[in-house]
Amino acid sequence: MRIHWIAPVFAALATWGGAQAAGEAGTIKTAKGSVTIERAGQKLSAAVGTAVQSADRVLTGANSSVGITLRDHTLLSAGPNSTLELNKYSFDATSHGGELDATVKRGSLSVISGKLAAASPRSVSFHTPTATLGVRGTEFVIEVADREMLP
Amino acid sequence: MTPVLGLALVLVVGLLSRNPAPPPADRVVLLPGPEGKVGKVEVSTREAAITLDDAYRAAHISRSGKIAAHLESEASVRERYGAALEARPPRPVSFLLYFESGRDELAPESLPTVADIKAELAKRPVPEITVVGHTDRVGSVEANDRLALKRAEAMRSLLTARGIEALAIEVAGRGEREPLVPTADEVPEARNRRVEIVIR
Repeated sequence: MRIHWIAPVFAALATWGGAQAAGEAGTIKTAKGSVTIERAGQKLSAAVGTAVQSADRVLTGANSSVGITLRDHTLLSAGPNSTLELNKYSFDATSHGGELDATVKRGSLSVISGKLAAASPRSVSFHTPTATLGVRGTEFVIEVADREMLP
Repeated sequence: MTPVLGLALVLVVGLLSRNPAPPPADRVVLLPGPEGKVGKVEVSTREAAITLDDAYRAAHISRSGKIAAHLESEASVRERYGAALEARPPRPVSFLLYFESGRDELAPESLPTVADIKAELAKRPVPEITVVGHTDRVGSVEANDRLALKRAEAMRSLLTARGIEALAIEVAGRGEREPLVPTADEVPEARNRRVEIVIR
């Protein structure tokens, strides 16, 4: 019974507090089909409004897609059959300092960079299995072929 | 004659069937922003590096890390990445609000903006608001950071009292870091003493 009143208290704290819940990186804003978050060994079904945390792995199934807005306004969106690992995320809303490091393991990802890249381009990097991307205030797409299907 | 030709043909066919370049393992394409502006992406592997800095410039990366530059088009990008592009979240928007001089009340000219904010919130299924306080350059950087946060908190109260609701409403103080109207240090400037309502 304690659990029932703790949840609204935490929700209130989340809206009243200046600091974000630890590790929260962003929120799912669009979702189509099957979207899953893997976190600490658990598989969570994700939908519009689900929070995304640093260290999450986000997966989309066939005919599926997801759009995520990070706290610094980096906009990420993945097409079908994609796997995105949000390795590191931190953002200080006062100084705009922090770090974003993510890997596209497979599939497609569209990126519109936000305040982190605007404040300090070195603070944002993306990876594919083969390459590293440094980002300077910009929009781009990344496509990673399914390694098992490569000739 | 014929056997030699036969041999040559087999060899050529053999070579041809081994030659077609495998498709790239990974690709990166730089896209123009809404006003046509283009940023920059640096792509590097153990083997090579390339900078993409014009619209639709693409890096095709082989499994071994070799990079070839290509030029895509709006059409080819839409065809190949349409699903990811259609899933993009809406871009964040900002509104500016001002306090009545010296009071914890909304300035009269800011009242219509509250209606605009509500209209924007209604367009988004799970909007999140950051109320960001800004100051002018009178006072120290640290004092202005604290003042900006206080202003943001006061504005948040005013807005929630007027029925503004969202998935989350955070506050932040940016102090004197982002003046609308640049001034020298210690110069008062009312236009910089503002609260920015950012909706994402």
